[in-house]
Amino acid sequence: MNIRILKPGLLATVQDLGRYGLQKFGVPVGGAMDAGAARTANLLVGNGEGEAVLELTLGGTELLLEEDGLLAICGADAAAEADGVPLPLWRPVIVRKGVKIKFGRCRSGCRSYVAVWGGLDVPERLGSRSTYLRGGFGGYEGRALKAGDTLRAKTAGKLSVSLMKSLPAIPDGSGFAAAGWHAAHFALASHLEETVIRAMPGAHFPLLTEESRTGLFGETFRIGIRSDRMGCRLEGAHKLQLRQPLELLSEAVAAGTVQLPPDGNPIVLLADRQTTGGYPRIAHVASVDIPVFAQLKPGDRFRFEAVTQQEAERLYFASERDLQLLKAAVLLKGRT
Amino acid sequence: MTKSAYDQGREGYPRLSPLGDSAVLVSLGSAIDEETHRRVTAAAAWLKARPFPGLRECVPSYAAVAVHYDPLAVKLSRSGAELRHATVLETVCSRVERLLEEAQTDAGSAPAHGRTVDIPVCYGGEHGPDLSFVAAHNGISEDDVIAIHSGEAYLVYMLGFAPGFPYLGGMPERIAAPRRSTPRTVIPEGSVGIAGGQTGVYPLATPGGWQLIGRTPVKLFQPDAPSPSLLGPGDRVRFIPITSEQYKRYREVER
Repeated sequence: MNIRILKPGLLATVQDLGRYGLQKFGVPVGGAMDAGAARTANLLVGNGEGEAVLELTLGGTELLLEEDGLLAICGADAAAEADGVPLPLWRPVIVRKGVKIKFGRCRSGCRSYVAVWGGLDVPERLGSRSTYLRGGFGGYEGRALKAGDTLRAKTAGKLSVSLMKSLPAIPDGSGFAAAGWHAAHFALASHLEETVIRAMPGAHFPLLTEESRTGLFGETFRIGIRSDRMGCRLEGAHKLQLRQPLELLSEAVAAGTVQLPPDGNPIVLLADRQTTGGYPRIAHVASVDIPVFAQLKPGDRFRFEAVTQQEAERLYFASERDLQLLKAAVLLKGRT
Repeated sequence: MTKSAYDQGREGYPRLSPLGDSAVLVSLGSAIDEETHRRVTAAAAWLKARPFPGLRECVPSYAAVAVHYDPLAVKLSRSGAELRHATVLETVCSRVERLLEEAQTDAGSAPAHGRTVDIPVCYGGEHGPDLSFVAAHNGISEDDVIAIHSGEAYLVYMLGFAPGFPYLGGMPERIAAPRRSTPRTVIPEGSVGIAGGQTGVYPLATPGGWQLIGRTPVKLFQPDAPSPSLLGPGDRVRFIPITSEQYKRYREVER
């Protein structure tokens, strides 16, 4: 199955679940910002959850399908249409050759994921198909997608083929047919007035002033304009402050680490984060909420809610169980 | 008993602390020195050679090793007393602590010596526009700066910031120079610079405020090479002065 990029929109890249094992050489993990949506999209078309998918940022993308195929769109709702007819999200859809898929403005979230059956066929670089933009490698020629690029998919597996057969036929005069069922997508919370992001206090949290400690887990923050795949800059009503300046050695950081640079505006580290950092670590976003956080766009508001390590783990395992249930459900759908 | 490279050395270390819910930071000291570095390298190598179920990777830094893990894989691999742990974090900490205790009693845990890597550098001219500034700032000649900079073997304490970027230690104070007050918008790939008492090489083009004294034609990071990073933690770097002619020829060969 081939997909031609007619318009990339703000930023379109190929991503999988990232590369591990090379952080000691300074190579970022990378991968899909909202890994939950990417994994779900893959499962919905019968792929393994780690296949390469398209990550589209803030809508505006246009794709042309050059062959019939099965795909699923998860993550941000960017008003996707197939030849002008709204496409449903979070479910498998058979799309006819020659259909144009157009993404509009994001109604919720900011990153949409498109999985196609078989998974996108780009070469693995250092153990992953993820695009690392700053380093110029991985994904499609190590860069963001441009108009005219054509992406190929690998041969669809047995499960994908039987899933397709289980879907209704494409009606005459229509470009697609969608499954009558869909995946739960509770993780996407940005339609709420104010998103809540659960986080644990970090190693240097006790060194904040009392006001800043209360502020971090009480005040509303806004996602700053200088935010990208590396990290999000946060803006609060008050700058956060340490009781006294702290000189730290560079140490490893993780996805969701909340750093406090001297200007008092915290930074949340995301997929393309540097492997080490020298700023105080005041909190860590719970893994379960990293996909939710990754869907916030500049200007969106949220607040942190403190959770314990035990609670963060419990929530994470619950979300992993949901994904396993979806996997089992898809297997059953493919069998009937 | 023979003292192992990984001994307890200082009071209170190793110290384990959570780095979110999928990593643990193992602190082994609080300063940048070669003795701490040796213990970090030894601990990282020891853990890597004995991967516990769920271990993703170990990332060494100046005075700590970060142990990244897959929480679900750790949970599913629990056995015996681990089943009573309230958190996966507790399981990971107990596994890491046990491994490090074994390392302490094993004299064979000394890390293999790092390699010494020669990096050719064309100093001054178009490749090192700030060489004259560094010389003037320290009241010495440009040739002195080159002789001093290329006369040391610098320890690679860690890599970070960008793929293949080494944090080097041991630059003589006599060639230290402050950062530029206005950073350059682009520093070309391979630039060798000085910032304060530190020296480094930029693996990719990036903005920056370093004083640039030269440039290497060698690539520090090649994603398609069998070992993509030229340098690893624990290696030593020597800078070898080359002429601009040699630099040009080197670039042609590289292509």
